[in-house]
Amino acid sequence: MLEIKNLHARIAEDGKEILRGVNLTVNAGEVHAIMGPNGSGKSTLSYILAGKDDYEITEGEILFNGENLLELGPDERAAAGVFLAFQYPIEIPGVATMEFLKTAMNAQRRARGETEMTIPAFMKAVKEKAADLKVSMDMLKRPLNVGFSGGEKKRAEILQMSLLEPKLCVLDETDSGLDIDALRIVSEGVNKLRSPERSMIVITHYQRLLDHIVPDVVHVMSRGRIVKTGGADLALELEKSGYADYVEDAAA
Amino acid sequence: MNANTPITHTQAETGLIARYDSARAGFAGTDAVIALRDAAAEQLRRKGLPHRRVEEYKYTDLRAFMKSSARLSAAASADEARAVLEASDGFGDLGRYRIVIANGRFVEALSDVAALAGEGVTVTDFTEALGGDNGAALLAIPASAEGDGTLALNTAFVQGGVMLSVREGAEVSKPVELLHVVAGEGAQVTRCRIAVAPGAKLKLLETFAGNTSSGETNAVFDYDIADSAELTVTRLIDGDGEGARLFTTLARLGSEARFHTLGFIAGPSFVRNQQFVAFAGENSEARLFGVTMARDKALADQTLIVDHAVPNCSSREFFKTVLDDEARGVYQGRINVAPHAQKTDGEMMTQALLLSEGPEMANKPELEIFADDVLCAHGATSGQIDEDLLFYLRARGIPEDEAKTLLVLAFLSEAIEEFGEDDVTGMLEERVRAWLAARS
Repeated sequence: MLEIKNLHARIAEDGKEILRGVNLTVNAGEVHAIMGPNGSGKSTLSYILAGKDDYEITEGEILFNGENLLELGPDERAAAGVFLAFQYPIEIPGVATMEFLKTAMNAQRRARGETEMTIPAFMKAVKEKAADLKVSMDMLKRPLNVGFSGGEKKRAEILQMSLLEPKLCVLDETDSGLDIDALRIVSEGVNKLRSPERSMIVITHYQRLLDHIVPDVVHVMSRGRIVKTGGADLALELEKSGYADYVEDAAA
Repeated sequence: MNANTPITHTQAETGLIARYDSARAGFAGTDAVIALRDAAAEQLRRKGLPHRRVEEYKYTDLRAFMKSSARLSAAASADEARAVLEASDGFGDLGRYRIVIANGRFVEALSDVAALAGEGVTVTDFTEALGGDNGAALLAIPASAEGDGTLALNTAFVQGGVMLSVREGAEVSKPVELLHVVAGEGAQVTRCRIAVAPGAKLKLLETFAGNTSSGETNAVFDYDIADSAELTVTRLIDGDGEGARLFTTLARLGSEARFHTLGFIAGPSFVRNQQFVAFAGENSEARLFGVTMARDKALADQTLIVDHAVPNCSSREFFKTVLDDEARGVYQGRINVAPHAQKTDGEMMTQALLLSEGPEMANKPELEIFADDVLCAHGATSGQIDEDLLFYLRARGIPEDEAKTLLVLAFLSEAIEEFGEDDVTGMLEERVRAWLAARS
């Protein structure tokens, strides 16, 4: 599904190097967790996957189902099946949430050469999925993310994800700002989307999320590289010992 | 230099003055009206067209823009006007009454005069009214507009228009469209006077069709909103006209009156939409909105003066501007609060979105407050499309152009939605979309 090979990237504006040779292969159906201290490059990796142009790729490549992802614009990547659940979902005043969902859905379908969804079919899909995520109709009538609480924003992200049915879900610190109940609702929403055809990259600082979304593979990222890879038990180990070992290893 | 030394006239000024002198004998109006026209023409002769050294026209230099002056349009037949009318229909199938002013003159044959009479609205030909006993009073202007060059041009050359009187307590069931049409070539200079009697309610749609000729438009709308009356005006200034498009609102509000208006500008090369609003009675409210779009080398100017001359009135001014290419946008808003106008509530905001590096926005909100117990605020912003918003939309699969359209529409819709006339919201948003779709 996804192959990241020796990826080096720096911030376009100031040239600061963030990724220093990331290698990562995610097969269809797998859930990978990426953990690591602040500033290790986890969020940068997620933005680069989604196509944010604040970064410059200096070396390496990203293949998505064999296609060179770096040649595609953000909207083309989305249509190809990449979805980034933002750590900080953006508020967009004046764009009604419903209108936005319909526009996004139909834009992706058009890009894939599929017919647009009828309004009744769309409404039905939204209502079902919103109910699962406890997203109220009142929220959907409001402008996108405007006035949503932290938890509501994250639930709205997962709602978008379940409607758009991407092939690769990248969840950037979806657990940040969530209380226990919201964490459970969001995790259930994510788990519902697990399937043999869909892969996920779950970025988090804390093992807590991984109790709910149990990963197949756990990676530790530090200073722009993946420095250790293991099974779900690696997350537990990190919870006990912290990242200190890895930070020093990488610095050495 | 002596203050009385005549200025050196531009070609346009020379043309206008010559045109005035030759057409004067045929102008409508009583002797008193002609005297007012002469005085206005004399102002033009003495001061020339308004230019950048006149404070109110600092950013909107009409003198530099007008290279020549078009002849006044000749009267159009009803058939000629009908042809233009049918070719352009600003409000689609919205149910409304229509009043047609073609080439500066009221066309009764195309206007719903009888139906309006049934609703309590009397329609009179302005040209005829200028010849009546009250003729000169119809050209009166408020103190805050004294000396304005656009108004002087209108007074000198006004061809005609209509007077609408809404009977006391009448609530007109459908909007009335005041449709200006130019058939053929030439300038149109019109004046419409709308009197809404106590307790009456009227919604106006002002449109300008077939307006692509190079001739100027100078249209004045004079609103008299009596006690407890309500007037809502949607002014739609579009088309791809090359000549100057000058619009003036003069509004007086009695007590407990409501004036509610949106000026929508998209297209013409040179537009000034200026409004002079005065509160004459207490507990009244004026809500002024603006939506402006300009591209290429166009200039679009929204200027207003709101006079809080009495206590306990509120005004809201909310203007949005989107500029592209080398376009220039102007917002000048002044709220005057007289010394005794306590409890005035004024809130003015102007926001501009620049779609490229080329455009310029001049935002000039001003408050002149002489009372001490008031609530007044103003704000001004100019910026570009937020890259983070754009990325978020694109990351959801929305292509860049479509994402920009959504964001611009969202930006402008804030004003359209706060204006809150559901009848026209969809049509206005369609126009925004069409304007954006034409982006090269």
